[in-house]
Amino acid sequence: MFRTLLIALRLATLWLALGFAALAQDAPLQSVLQDNRAGFEKPSRKTVDGVIAALLDAQLPNAPAFLTRWREKEVWQRKEDKLFFYARDNGDKTYTLIDVDTGAEDGPYDKKALKQLKPNSGVRGVIATALVVFQLTDPDPAVREAGLTAIERGPEASHLAALRGSTEGEDVPALKARKQRLERLLTITYDKDSAARVAAIESFAGDLGVDARAALNPLLTTTRRASAERPADINVAAVLAPGIDLPRAEAYALLVEAGLAPPQITAAERKAALIANIENGAIAGTPIHTLNTDAARDATYAKLAAAGLVAEPVDTAFIDAALADNVFFDAYDEPDTAVTTAAAATLEAIEMRVGLNQMADLALDGLSLASIYFLAAIGLAITFGVMGVINMAHGEFIMMGAYTGYVIQQVIPDYTVSIIVAIPVAFAVTFAAGVAMERLVIRWLYNRPLETLLATFGISIALQQLAKNIFGTQARPLTSPGWLDGALVINDVVSISYIRIAIFVLSLIFLVVLLFILNRTRLGLEVRAVTQNPRMAASMGINPDRINMLTFGLGSGIAGIAGVAIGLYAKVTSELGADYIVQSFMTVVVGGVGNIWGTLFGATMIGFLQKGIEWLNPSNTLAAQTYMIIFIIIFIQFRPKGIIALKGRAAGD
Amino acid sequence: MMKTLLSAAAASALIAGAAQAEIKVGILHSLSGTMAISETTLKDTMLLLIEEQNKKGGLLGEEIVPVVVDPASDWPLFAEKARELLTVHDVDVIFGNWTSVSRKSVLPVIEELNGLLFYPVQYEGEESSKNVFYTGAAPNQQAIPATDYFLEELEVEKFALLGTDYVYPRTTNNILESYLKDKGIAAEDIFVNYTPFGHSDWSKIVADVVALGADGKKVGVISTINGDANIGFYKELAAAGVSADDIPVVAFSVGEEELSGLDTSNLVGHLAAWNYFQSAESDANDEFIAAWKAKMGEERVTNDPMEAHYIGFNMWVQAVEAAGTTDVDAVRTAMYGQTFPNLTGGTAEMLVNHHLAKPVLIGEILEDGQFDIISQTTEVPGDAWTDFLPESAVLVSDWKDLGCGMYNTDTKTCVQLKSNY
Amino acid sequence: MERSFFARNPSALIFIACLAGFTLLITVLAEGFGADVISTSMVKTLGKTLCLCLIAIAMDLVWGYCGILSLGHFAFFGLGGYMLGMWLMFERTKEIVVSSMANAPLPPTAQEIRDGIGTQIFGVVGGSEIPGIWLFADSLFAQLALVVLVPGLLALVFGWLAFRSRVTGVYLSILTQAMTLALALYLFQNDSGLRGNNGLSGLQNLPGADAIPQSTMSIWFLWASAAALALGYLLAAWIVGGKFGSVIRGIRDDEARVRFLGYNVEGYKLFIFTVTAVIAAIAGALYYPQAGIINPAEIAPIASIYLAVWVAIGGRGRIYGAVIGAAFVSLVSTWFTGGQAPDIPLGFYTIKWVDWWLILLGLSFVAVTLFAPKGIGGLFDLIEGRIAPNRHGADLGPDMSALREKEASE
Repeated sequence: MFRTLLIALRLATLWLALGFAALAQDAPLQSVLQDNRAGFEKPSRKTVDGVIAALLDAQLPNAPAFLTRWREKEVWQRKEDKLFFYARDNGDKTYTLIDVDTGAEDGPYDKKALKQLKPNSGVRGVIATALVVFQLTDPDPAVREAGLTAIERGPEASHLAALRGSTEGEDVPALKARKQRLERLLTITYDKDSAARVAAIESFAGDLGVDARAALNPLLTTTRRASAERPADINVAAVLAPGIDLPRAEAYALLVEAGLAPPQITAAERKAALIANIENGAIAGTPIHTLNTDAARDATYAKLAAAGLVAEPVDTAFIDAALADNVFFDAYDEPDTAVTTAAAATLEAIEMRVGLNQMADLALDGLSLASIYFLAAIGLAITFGVMGVINMAHGEFIMMGAYTGYVIQQVIPDYTVSIIVAIPVAFAVTFAAGVAMERLVIRWLYNRPLETLLATFGISIALQQLAKNIFGTQARPLTSPGWLDGALVINDVVSISYIRIAIFVLSLIFLVVLLFILNRTRLGLEVRAVTQNPRMAASMGINPDRINMLTFGLGSGIAGIAGVAIGLYAKVTSELGADYIVQSFMTVVVGGVGNIWGTLFGATMIGFLQKGIEWLNPSNTLAAQTYMIIFIIIFIQFRPKGIIALKGRAAGD
Repeated sequence: MMKTLLSAAAASALIAGAAQAEIKVGILHSLSGTMAISETTLKDTMLLLIEEQNKKGGLLGEEIVPVVVDPASDWPLFAEKARELLTVHDVDVIFGNWTSVSRKSVLPVIEELNGLLFYPVQYEGEESSKNVFYTGAAPNQQAIPATDYFLEELEVEKFALLGTDYVYPRTTNNILESYLKDKGIAAEDIFVNYTPFGHSDWSKIVADVVALGADGKKVGVISTINGDANIGFYKELAAAGVSADDIPVVAFSVGEEELSGLDTSNLVGHLAAWNYFQSAESDANDEFIAAWKAKMGEERVTNDPMEAHYIGFNMWVQAVEAAGTTDVDAVRTAMYGQTFPNLTGGTAEMLVNHHLAKPVLIGEILEDGQFDIISQTTEVPGDAWTDFLPESAVLVSDWKDLGCGMYNTDTKTCVQLKSNY
Repeated sequence: MERSFFARNPSALIFIACLAGFTLLITVLAEGFGADVISTSMVKTLGKTLCLCLIAIAMDLVWGYCGILSLGHFAFFGLGGYMLGMWLMFERTKEIVVSSMANAPLPPTAQEIRDGIGTQIFGVVGGSEIPGIWLFADSLFAQLALVVLVPGLLALVFGWLAFRSRVTGVYLSILTQAMTLALALYLFQNDSGLRGNNGLSGLQNLPGADAIPQSTMSIWFLWASAAALALGYLLAAWIVGGKFGSVIRGIRDDEARVRFLGYNVEGYKLFIFTVTAVIAAIAGALYYPQAGIINPAEIAPIASIYLAVWVAIGGRGRIYGAVIGAAFVSLVSTWFTGGQAPDIPLGFYTIKWVDWWLILLGLSFVAVTLFAPKGIGGLFDLIEGRIAPNRHGADLGPDMSALREKEASE
């Protein structure tokens, strides 16, 4: 690949030198481009350095502008004569070409007659790095900022001087701070002066930035080595004792690698050696058919070795002696002891703080997950917790809310307005669905809870399939408004996305509103009365039917709002509700039925627990979910009534 | 009960009577359940291809009749429906399956009854059945070139292999780990994570990936995350302010169809590796897209597995014409060496290991949900047994000369004629 | 004694006669035995349906008779399938590995064979080590014992914990559902050592039986399933027939009252829970060799809920009701989702049953719960003219006490 490119490059150069000699005077940039045509047509990270160097060597004033536009995929090639142009899209699949030197317009050309140059992101990175020198002193702060970003992504030794030269004259304070920080980072890596590096390293003590660690860690990379004597001229990080710091097999492998010991015979080599020595159905006098155990093979191999036919096997005693005779150590790749010592000390301080902050971040994640579980379960806390109705279709109410949000977003294109509209509409839709379900199905089954479970399950599968028939199985986008994009960054380690904060706030609002409704309003009083003793409540003039209907509607409506929030943060599919239903039930049961606070505690416990298990086993999220459920099952065995158990008559049975 | 049986019996008798007059093509794609969204598209693709072939006068002078069944994303049902297609409907060939587990479910049935299956989806390799032609990408036609692109063009030094916990990511990541170690990437520079299907809580995993950059190496993510879970993942990446220039993500399961249900503004610049993108520029592709949109609607997109069926079906038609019969053994022999122009330009060729030689394309995601092709290789021959795992490196598949799909070149023996299920 | 058992349970005799007749009829008509009217895939479907009927009997025992709505019995079913599947897979792979190594220059060591098997089985999921839980996989006898022991022990431990803490009613249902979910998630992990999402496949090929065509094999399994179903029916009829049956029905109707009468309610419940788990496991061990593949999706909580749906539609509290429900719903479901059901064109919209079947099932389930709590089995009451005397208004379902019934009648 690389070689073909080179040949093509050379051929092109030769041909151009003959044919386009005149071009060099009229169109200097075009002629440089044509000289390196293959490199521009099919740019690769491996060849682009040479191409850019050739362009910059020509010292053309419009070269940086060309590089910028090349990076932005704005350069096109006309197929007929292979010349390069900028292009303007006319919107009807034709393009007007603009000369790279003169700016003269030409065209329009059909898209098929042109070829767009598409440098990949690696090449774009290299271009950005090359442009840095021009950008750091640019009058436009945005360009200077782009230059700094390019340095962060691809720092080079040459940037250090450019940074130092431009920091003094920088007038935007934010950019100046960034330049100074970058200057210190580059000093660590590229400066020749040991003292300056140590000073720069020490200036990062306690810094949480990933970039600081990214500059320091490479200084501390080590190579594991073995030698007969401890070498004097090497920056040793640690001496390792075989069998304690270093497994014996690994230590011996190091010796073999260093040429200090003969290699061990592997099972495969032993087998190959045996096969190579088969004579008349036997090896060294042992019949082949007996060689179906490792012991027999070892014995036969030893016979072969004794006969001098194969290499002597390495035995344990020999390995012991070899390990005792040699030293094993980790050597720093960085030869300067002062630098590595400073870096190790600084990093240790940083890691300590990073660890603490990671804990804080994990706690935030746990809190966020808890609020999501709480949001999904809070409607259930009312229908199941307060009324005692098992509603397996609760998850489908969440899904209905999410789809309502999606439909409204199709009608109202403005994301902010659509979300504001979607929340009450979702409440109304699921409230109505809940009331309908209560009237039509559930009220006939108040005394048969197990059958409520099954009937609502029937509704659940019907609703899920209905959603599939209407919206398809593909996930639908529910896009959050721009002001919820991004994350609240507390420092480089601790951050949380705004959407999660919004969900957290929403669940707090729900908590307060529900507590208010249940404890401070007439409706709440009636709900509690009907829950505790429906016939006594009825004789006090409360209409239990109406209250049951409203309570169920309220729980369902809240599920709808939760659906909008969950859809915003994840995805909208027909299975969205089913993903949360089991967890939601467990949240309510663990927390303690009949109590909003219980649900809160349940959600908190489950959220934190799951994050905690994930932290212990970061490579397998599924395991975290499994162990969490097992924990909950065991928890319920010991506290069957949940964290907050109601006492007395209100508890019912 | 009895009536069902009788009607089934009557149906089979009818079908047996009609079998001489027509050529039957079984279509085994889920039309309901979780895989329906992906597989329904492929069913429609097959119907389109059969319709077009019939317009050209059918095959061997006979009409091609599609037989569509619905295995409903239920893996055991795939085996049952495959048996039904082969024994009750007597189809000549089956085009079908999406997930690896469904293929593994069908394999024993197809091998027992000597059927013929064309499997159109990129998969984890490590298989070569006598009765299956794999028209999707093997790992060396998708995963390995994408990894090379990361190593060479983006100079990634540290890899996060994120996947959904099932067979394709597991095997692919296993191969990639081994490959990366061969390329000198240390074990501690490879971070592997598996999440369940439909996972949505990505904040911690994204934070872990960002933290990988702490030792100053460029981090890249190789994603075998499947389906819906991608949405939450990319949303979280965007929320964390991670751009494609900082931490590029290359996905093997995200194509045009998946992006059509997604707000792609978060994803611009991230990568996908396939053998086909809708944005490929060729006349055959324009024609295919136009036919597809005319049949299915203007907003529909084309994707890689559709191209695989396009190539597979046309090759099968050519092989039947060459063999002069639809007999499975004759067609299989005629398949070897068949060539057909693929939609991205160039020619696909069926190899003796039942895999295709196809070009590998890498595209950057654009605002409109399409891909900007930034790298296209020449045709890469599909490799049934990867060279990057020691136990597979010694195996080759050659059904033409060796007559074996799992031939051990060390011991010079055929390990087995049937497949691993 | 034997006579009196059938005399007390005339339905058992009728049922077994019907089952025997059905099995014989299928055998005669099947592809494997000449007549070739019923295809092998149909025979397999029928054989699997018999296994589903067996687990439905288990569900009816535990729910219809004892009032425990377990949403975990499909977990036991799946575990039974996994246990037998391990042996099927291991032995079949061993045959392949041994025969491929037969020509090697050196005879293979036991370790080499084991490594070969590991690569073959776990290469698919990116591994090569045989996990510890496959310790007994080379012994049919051990794995058959595990079919009973593993689900039985799980049910025993889970039931003991749950019943001891007096978790009842819907809480118990949710708890069993959580157990099923935990098990399914655990099996979904690759680290569980049972090939994760892929599960165990190729189970229809019995080791050492390559020469026997599937058409014959399917008939064998049909017989085995029918025999197991018949035995399960007799066992269930025997359990619910005597005094024991009266006690568990008493527990269903009023647990506290039975406890006050001095019965060890927890012991009875634990016994029923464990026995039905074992029946479910045996049904699973027969089902999956016919299905050919088992994977964790099979034991997702929704499967167990469907099981309850079958039993409810068939009619709780009568054993033949469970059988009818399972057979009816699963066969109708196969018919609708199989694309055989004709579409209904409404002019503006065509109802495709593939899309609408689940909605129909869901709604008909609601209808059965509301309007026909006795399910299809209730029809037999009409036929026999044996309508139960109408004592206190409507039947309130199995788990409600007599007291509440009276309250509700107002």
